[in-house]
Order: sequence, then structure tokens, then C-alpha cells
Amino acid sequence: MDAKRTHTLRNRLLPVLSITAVVIIWQLVAQFIVQNRNLLPSFTDVLGAFLVLLESGRLAFDFGTSLMHFGIGVGAALLIGIPLGMAMGWFRDMNTAANPIIEILRPIPPLAWIPFAIIWFGLTPVAAGFIVFVGAFFPVLVNTYSGFKGVPKLFVEAARVLGCTSPTRLIRYVALPAAMPSIAAGIRIAMGVGWMCLVAAELFVGGRYGLGRQLWVSYSLQQMSNVVVYMLLLGILGLAIDVLFRRYVDGKLLKWRTGEVV
Amino acid sequence: MSKLSIDHVSKVFEKNHGEVTIALDDISLEIEDKEFVCFVGPSGCGKTTLLRIIAGLDTATSGEVRLMDMPIRGPDPKRGMVFQEYSLFPWRTVQDNITFGLEMRGVPKADQKTTADTYLNMVGLAQFRGAYPYELSGGMRQRVAIARALANEPDVLLMDEPFGALDAQTRNAMQRELLEIWEETQKTILFVTHSVDEAVFLADLIVILSPRPGRICDIIRVDLARPRERTSPEFAGVRRYVLGLMNSCQLSQ
Repeated sequence: MDAKRTHTLRNRLLPVLSITAVVIIWQLVAQFIVQNRNLLPSFTDVLGAFLVLLESGRLAFDFGTSLMHFGIGVGAALLIGIPLGMAMGWFRDMNTAANPIIEILRPIPPLAWIPFAIIWFGLTPVAAGFIVFVGAFFPVLVNTYSGFKGVPKLFVEAARVLGCTSPTRLIRYVALPAAMPSIAAGIRIAMGVGWMCLVAAELFVGGRYGLGRQLWVSYSLQQMSNVVVYMLLLGILGLAIDVLFRRYVDGKLLKWRTGEVV
Repeated sequence: MSKLSIDHVSKVFEKNHGEVTIALDDISLEIEDKEFVCFVGPSGCGKTTLLRIIAGLDTATSGEVRLMDMPIRGPDPKRGMVFQEYSLFPWRTVQDNITFGLEMRGVPKADQKTTADTYLNMVGLAQFRGAYPYELSGGMRQRVAIARALANEPDVLLMDEPFGALDAQTRNAMQRELLEIWEETQKTILFVTHSVDEAVFLADLIVILSPRPGRICDIIRVDLARPRERTSPEFAGVRRYVLGLMNSCQLSQ
């Protein structure tokens, strides 16, 4: 019991120590070696810049705007990717027909779609959302597809002898729950890719707010401390989204599975 | 009148190169109501294929199987099945697994619960109703699988080596429990196994199948009184007799 407690204590303490150490080294290097706020703002510079931005009240708008872009993109990816992946995994002809198109479109980097995003949707949140969508769509599609493809035949047969015979019911009661771990893993990857596309999308599409947008504006104004603030915010919020999603999935959707899930 | 009749059933599997395997060759058998029938034979004798045809999961190349004079065309809740592998839906709790068939038929929730209670008690797992399959041992999972099949109130229970993956001790216990359930529910049971010991312990009727092509080699009625004693001389005698028949079946191939 005692050994276990020191163990958990150590597990809690070590990350705090390592982060503190990095911050101290950062501060020392910036303040005494680099000595140039543009080249490397120190920790205290960044902290000060963060407090100023926090006081101005604009961070909430930046965050909200980015979340909207992200939501549009990931939402659309789920809305289209999951049904299409289900259909491709379940109906062989659907896969044969759709697969070549997908294999051609998939390697195109999401950012290569920026010109058309702007031409189709203008300099609007939808255009930024579209870039996120392109990044998030394929992981959702591919994982849903492979999840449906890998539904054990045994479960399908067991359901059929129990009176679950129509394709729609088999999909709803057997294939979907059986494929859920794979779909959840796909959504998690999609959110990671989508979040990365967000900054680039906001750089080009513009607008007044947005974490990626402000990162770029701060750079043009040579406010490098602010750039670091936005970088760290992007990292921390990306992490937060991932952790929240995982907690939801493990606790609600997939509690029937043991151990680490997605 | 017999309830289940297997009428000249043959099954031919065709491979890619036009090669054919005759899995079942002209199988005919009448099975009486409430009878416990075991199919034994070495692997490759088509016993699982025959069971799958009766379940409606496979179709016969020729011949047909009728239940109460109705030809079998596809899977139907009237014929419950317990698989060799663990087939419980891992995303459903024990109780929700048992009520799956009832849910499909649109039985009201309250009635589903009552039925689940009945069969949970029958297999002695009432306290595990909220557990997920991964939390159960192999024997418990197969008990739930039996309860799930019975909850649908089938006329016939098909069992494909359901205890094959269990250790010897659990297996013996499961056989005894299955006989109790059989006496309680009065179902017709068709049970596939490769264990002669299991067949002699369980069956009214043992059907010996021989491999390639799968044929009925012999049918033995086991008249030992129940409950049967595995260690009794009579039991050993029947066992020896069945084993002898199986050997001569293979030799005559």
C-alpha cells in the first residue's frame, strides 16, 4: 500500500518537475543567451503577453471562432464519412465503385484545396471549415470502412438465428456497435488532423478572429510573444479536445471493452 | 409424426478450380420431439455443415430439412443455435444479450425483463445480469449463450460443439446443467460433438457420421437410465461400442 502511494506520488510529481525544468531552462536561455525577444521570447514575456490578451477579452472570440471552423469541418466529415464508410464496408459493389475515386482524392494534401475552398465559399468560416473537413474526412471514412469490413461473421450469424435478419437491422444492431471501436479511433485521428489543418486554413481564409488567424497577425506585427501564446493555446486546446473525446468514448460508448481503447 | 425431418440432404462445396468436395452425401434422418440427438464423427465429416443447414445459415445443394412440415429456407428464431466460439455480443450486457431476440421481435420491455430473469436463473447467472461478456469465464459465456438461445423459445436447440473450448471439469458440469435444462424446457436438442464420452452422457440417439463424403454410418439409441454415471460399467460398454463403430466406419471408407 505504502509503496503504491509513493509510486502514484512519483507519477504525479515527475511531470510537474520536468515541465518546471523546461520552463526554467527556456527562461534562462532566452534571457541570458539569446537576449533577443524577437528570436526567442522568454517565458515571462509570453506569460505577460498572455495576461494582456486575456484582459483584452479577445481570446474567447479567437477560441470560439476556431472551434466553429473545427466543428464545421469535423461535423461534415462525420456526417458524410461515417455513412459512406458503412455503405462501402457492408456492400461490396459500393466499395468497388467508390474506392478508386477515394484512392485518387485521398493523397491530395488538404491544404492543396485552399484555392477552391476560397473560390467556392469565399473568405468565410465555411471555407476554413472545408479545409478541416478535407483533413478529417478520410480518417473517418477509412476507419469506418475497415470497422464494418471486419465485423466478425460469427456475430452476424448469431444475430440472424436470433431473428435479426434485415440488412438495416443487422447494420444497426450488430455491425455498428461491433465497428464502434474502429470508428472512434478514426474520429480521434480525424480530429487531430483537422486541428492541424485549422491554422493553415485560418491563415488563408482570414477573418477577424481565430487562433490560427491571430498567430499570423501577431507575426506580421512582429509580436513574437503573442505568437508563442497562440502556439501554446493551439497545443493545449488540441490536447484538451483529445482527452475529452477519449474520456467520453471510454466511459460511455465503449465501456464494454477492457483496457486502452482508442 | 416426427418434428424435424432431414430429407436426402447433400452439400457440395465447389472450390475455385472446379474441384468439388462432398461435405454431406444423401443424409436422411427423422428426429422425434423432445429428443436429445448427438452427432459424432471425426473432423471433416460435415457434422457442423449439417447443423448449419438445419439452422438455415447454409443451404443444401439438394434435399431439404423440414420442421413441422415447413421447409427450412433461412435462419429463424424457431431454431436456436449455440456456437462453438464465444458468440455473445461483447457490447451488450449479459441481460441485453439474452433479450436480443425478444427485442428483435418487439416484445415489450417489461416482458423482456421477466423472460431474461427466468433464463438467468435457469443458468444460475442472475447476479451477473449487468456484466459484460469480457468479465465472464468461458463456461459462463456459454451458459449465457444457451440462455440467449432459449429466451427466444425455439422448438429446436442446435448446439455446435458448445463445450469444445472448455476445460474437462467445466465441461462435465456444463453437460449436467444442460441435461437439467433439457428436462425443464422439453426442447429437442441437436448437439454436435467429437467426444464420444460427451455423446454417450447426453444423448438419446447418437448419429455417427463418416467423413468424405459425409454419410450417416450408424445410429445408436442409448437406453442408459438417467442420470448417467460416467464410471459405470454400462456407460463404458456403450462408449466402447460407439468407438468400435466409429473405427469400423472409417475402415470401411
